[in-house]
Amino acid sequence: MSQLRRYIPVIVVVLAVIVLQIVLLRTGSTYYMTQITMSAYYSLVVIGLCLLMGYAGQVSLGHAGFFAIGGYTSAVLTTLNLMPYRQTPLVTSFGSLGLLVQRQDLYGTEILSFSPWVAFIMALLITTIIAFLIGLPVIRLKGHYLAMATLGFGLIIYRIVLGGRIFGQADGISNIPPFYLFAGLEVNGRMPYRVMNYYIAWFVVLAVMVLAINLINSRVGRALRSIHENEEAAHSLGVNTYRYKLLIFVLSALFAALGGILLTHYNGSIGPSEVTVMKSVRYLVIVAVGGMANLWGALFMGIVLNFLSLRGVFGTYDDAVFGAILILIMLFAPQGLLRMPRFKALSSMLPRGANG
Amino acid sequence: MGNNTLLETTGLHRFFGGLHAVNDVSIKVSAGSIKGIIGPNGAGKTTLFNLIAGTLLPNGGQVIFKDRKITAMKAHTIASMGIARTFQTTKLFGRMTVLENVMMGRHSRTRSGFFAGMLNLPRTWREDRHTRDKAFEILNDMGLVSHAGDTASNLPFGKQRLIEFARALAMEPQLLLLDEPAAGLNIYETKELAKLILWIRDRGVTCLVVEHDMSLVMAICDDVVVLDQGQKIAEGPPRAIQRDPDVIRIYLGCDDAQNSQS
Repeated sequence: MSQLRRYIPVIVVVLAVIVLQIVLLRTGSTYYMTQITMSAYYSLVVIGLCLLMGYAGQVSLGHAGFFAIGGYTSAVLTTLNLMPYRQTPLVTSFGSLGLLVQRQDLYGTEILSFSPWVAFIMALLITTIIAFLIGLPVIRLKGHYLAMATLGFGLIIYRIVLGGRIFGQADGISNIPPFYLFAGLEVNGRMPYRVMNYYIAWFVVLAVMVLAINLINSRVGRALRSIHENEEAAHSLGVNTYRYKLLIFVLSALFAALGGILLTHYNGSIGPSEVTVMKSVRYLVIVAVGGMANLWGALFMGIVLNFLSLRGVFGTYDDAVFGAILILIMLFAPQGLLRMPRFKALSSMLPRGANG
Repeated sequence: MGNNTLLETTGLHRFFGGLHAVNDVSIKVSAGSIKGIIGPNGAGKTTLFNLIAGTLLPNGGQVIFKDRKITAMKAHTIASMGIARTFQTTKLFGRMTVLENVMMGRHSRTRSGFFAGMLNLPRTWREDRHTRDKAFEILNDMGLVSHAGDTASNLPFGKQRLIEFARALAMEPQLLLLDEPAAGLNIYETKELAKLILWIRDRGVTCLVVEHDMSLVMAICDDVVVLDQGQKIAEGPPRAIQRDPDVIRIYLGCDDAQNSQS
């Protein structure tokens, strides 16, 4: 059954994740799990961008912006202290709807703010609206022009975050509460929750991977790939190319925002460094290294490169390394690292996302 | 209009800057026929096609398909109403397989959206299986099944053109616009092509063919329109067109000065 064959890599990754956890436990290096968890959340951005760029052929240099919209919306709503306003009708009605939670911060101050679930839904909603409004005019552009327009969007978000008092300006926002999901599970970066969060992150990533793989193998996925190949021909077959490009842009932004929300709760903080243009470039580099239209390649590279970067392997040359990788990939392996002859054996183990 | 008329254009005009590429062209295509459009390079044939398919907007005039005005409609809407086309330079989806290319032809006949696709609901994969079956059926009819798994861009040129036909047929169109289907084909392939177009017509698909190859046009067309410098200069059955003095003048390239000398 070709229907089920596409899920084989999911099972392989699940096993690899479990084995890796056991190995880390045995070797007493469980602290690596923290960076793997963070890399997994960053990979959500990469998966979204891979759909948009690799499959539908539309460039975005503003995905750090969507990551930030998700993260910052969640951060603001869960840290904004409504205590002084708790008597106002608006806040009391929020309270009676069960949208608010009360907690104590590190210094024992009582804080009344929106619950993480409310913030989560609001963050996704706001991302959808912004991605839609930006995409509506911008997605008509092609190639370099689209790249520049999305770059501009990223810069605007960066400046808003850096200048807005509500976003904590250069300091960002910290003391963000953990995100209690359900049944004792919570997105929480503290030590006792390390293993739990390692698995939560992988569950989310693999769930998103399954959605993405299903999508590219579906009618919509074929249409998206056909737009990449030849827009005029796609149009002549009845594909509403503008609508499809807009929807994949929004979906891709939502995946990025999801990563932003979860990582923000995991880290307990978010700052403007998440929104820089170099972050957007980094996501683009990872998709390119992974082989553009290759979801598993993008995920693999997303985990590896983010992990190395978070471990500080690249030192102060972090951004320079990603720039250098981009140049080298474009020169020597435009099909992605895993498609190079040297890695044929490896790439044959990684099935391509689409059966084409 | 007669109820046997599938497509009609009335007084179409299109300018490109100062160039009057299509000038007051009115044609009728009756259902079940093969109509040819001939004319020298730059006569406005492909522009006329693009006006019908909705790729270009006319500066004046109407396009009527199945008694409905389709003039201002988007190309993808026109496609889903039942007008398919092939291109002068074959436009396959190069990195997709032959099967996927033909499956793309079913796009306007299927429904599944983003959410259904992501969740791969039973309804969705049943629809997809049906799409696959249909695509195989067409490939089988055209003797191309052995290429189903090939990457489209790896096939030789002649095969690619056939795949483009298969993709268009997968749409189950009522009207098929063929833009110079014989371009780049050798004499044997052109003969096969003639058979193929007649076979398509016999499946109930009306064809409108832009073509340079006069032997092909004479062999298959029920009716021929001749364009020159954007204008329709003759219309009628192939035999009559061949004898038309204006047409002979254009095709033999003798101008009025030479005529008056002789």
